[in-house]
Amino acid sequence: MFRLATAIGVVVVLAALPLYLESFWLQTALFAMAAMVAAIGLSLLVGIAGQLSLAHAFFVAIGAYGYSYLAERIAPLLALVAAVLLAGLAGALFSPISGRVRGIYLGLASLGLVFLGQHILQNATGITGGYSGIAVPPFSLFGFSFSSTSPDSLVILGVPFGALERLWYLGVVLVAVAIWYGRNLVRSRPGRALATLRDSEVAAEVMGVDVVRYKAAAFCVSSMYAGLGGVLMALAFGRIVPESFGLLLSIDFLVMIVIGGAGSVGGAAAGALFVTALPLVLNHYSGSLPLLAEPGTGGVGAAEFSRFVYGAAIVAVLLFARDGLAGLARRIRKEKIA
Amino acid sequence: MNQFVTLVVGGLFLGSIYSLVALGFVTVFKATQVINFAQGSVLLLGAYVIARAHDSIGFWPAVVLGVLAAAVAAVLIDAVFIRRVRDADLGTLAILTLGIDILLLTELTRRIGTDVLNIGAPWGSDVVEALGIRIPASRVIAGGVAMVLVAGFWAAFKFTDWGIAMRSAAEDGETASLMGIRLNRVAAAAWALAGALAAIGGLFLTSFPAAGVTGGVGLVALAAIPAVVLGGFDSPAGAVVGGLIIGVVSVLTAGYQQELSFLGRGLGGVAPYVVMLLVLLVRPSGLFGTREITRV
Repeated sequence: MFRLATAIGVVVVLAALPLYLESFWLQTALFAMAAMVAAIGLSLLVGIAGQLSLAHAFFVAIGAYGYSYLAERIAPLLALVAAVLLAGLAGALFSPISGRVRGIYLGLASLGLVFLGQHILQNATGITGGYSGIAVPPFSLFGFSFSSTSPDSLVILGVPFGALERLWYLGVVLVAVAIWYGRNLVRSRPGRALATLRDSEVAAEVMGVDVVRYKAAAFCVSSMYAGLGGVLMALAFGRIVPESFGLLLSIDFLVMIVIGGAGSVGGAAAGALFVTALPLVLNHYSGSLPLLAEPGTGGVGAAEFSRFVYGAAIVAVLLFARDGLAGLARRIRKEKIA
Repeated sequence: MNQFVTLVVGGLFLGSIYSLVALGFVTVFKATQVINFAQGSVLLLGAYVIARAHDSIGFWPAVVLGVLAAAVAAVLIDAVFIRRVRDADLGTLAILTLGIDILLLTELTRRIGTDVLNIGAPWGSDVVEALGIRIPASRVIAGGVAMVLVAGFWAAFKFTDWGIAMRSAAEDGETASLMGIRLNRVAAAAWALAGALAAIGGLFLTSFPAAGVTGGVGLVALAAIPAVVLGGFDSPAGAVVGGLIIGVVSVLTAGYQQELSFLGRGLGGVAPYVVMLLVLLVRPSGLFGTREITRV
């Protein structure tokens, strides 16, 4: 009963928020939601299967560019599905390496994909637009467009509903689906098989788990999550350029799940919110924060300050709370019960 | 043909710099099982100190100071952060060094800003010419220094007490520690060595033909990672060979850019990673790495 009430409360709040939030916060939330979807995928790979990937940005880019390219030609919904499948296919193509190389070694090997991806994005100008990028066609569903047109000037309860307000709902639904699917996967038979594989490959093999196939499959699923996150990210950006999908984004994803607590679906979402929102919010308020210097004056500016907080958060979490935010939440809950 | 020879020789000299950085990477990994992503920012720190100090105290004292600073920074990273969580898994430790890297790199790039700091090397932009091949003097010196350092490293690893301690710590830490080998000391020595090697690599990576010390040099050091992976993680010889291969590949692809233009611009930067992926397809544990075999 209590859980049902909470669930209804959450849904009502999420549905009502676009009526109150300014566009800056909606934009920030959209980026965070895109990151959440992709981060959950990586969390499944790292936390459950014990495989590390620094190539996540590459698959996010495939989702983002795949959608932008295809949505010009086929219905946006089909383009979304195709982009996710495309990212999964790319993940499957990497399986000769992802199935045989383990843990951190895979992380370093997958570093190659990020650089390869950057090279392709910069040079395949026919599809990606090269350095200057391409515009992202708006998403639409049964004639309802997630942009400021068709229906034009939509107003709900006195609030004009433009692209950001409409995309908010798409984002919420996609994040909810991502969390729901992730949670189920962890508890399912393949999820348990992957957890065994993480703890001991020998034990998993003995129990009849096809180690190579499962490792490759985990990589594939996490790439599809990345692809979906990429589609949402592209929609939030409106225009995508190769620079947004480099090594820094890959590192961001790793940091999200470390801060959130690897293996926890909810933790990954919380970590994604923190990592994505931190620089945007600090930059937004840099004028009113007394300690921060103007850019170019040699002091610590908003951008540098957020990098410091970011780096310090990684170090602090790993030194003092190695299971991340999810672990902290678990401990607090236990104390309450005890 | 002449162009080919010039490029290969130039690549070998550039590769020798990568070898040094890669060797530091492998040393740390063997001694403490840490994949040290902070190597790039330690390298930048060394180069930064040299560039800032050479005006007031002269070039050679500045080099000593830079190498010392990088070595001390590396030891501090180990002693302050890594040692507290020594028992954590590889991934956790790697990400921890990533966090430290972000902190150090942010501070250094903030100080450097958009400037290009001159490293102040006495060989400047001299070019050496022999047998019809023209190579920048700094690269030739880098090759010589790398050869001496690698030989010294090999000898120390093979014949000194430190080398034996190091190898036994890598083989089986617990037993080594029971035999009276102080693991923390071995670790500190490995980190100091890695820091020093990184600083020397940084010195040559920022000499001519590179423009000087910029905030982006830390990223250049990333090219040592394919070298390490290529060579196989735990093999010092592999790191050296991997570094040379990466150097030759990137110089060759950059040199034949015109002929390879169908593969796109900026090929020299991405080629090392492509080679790494190709090698991993054939040999998942690298060229010289220990193959992981599980017996049940």
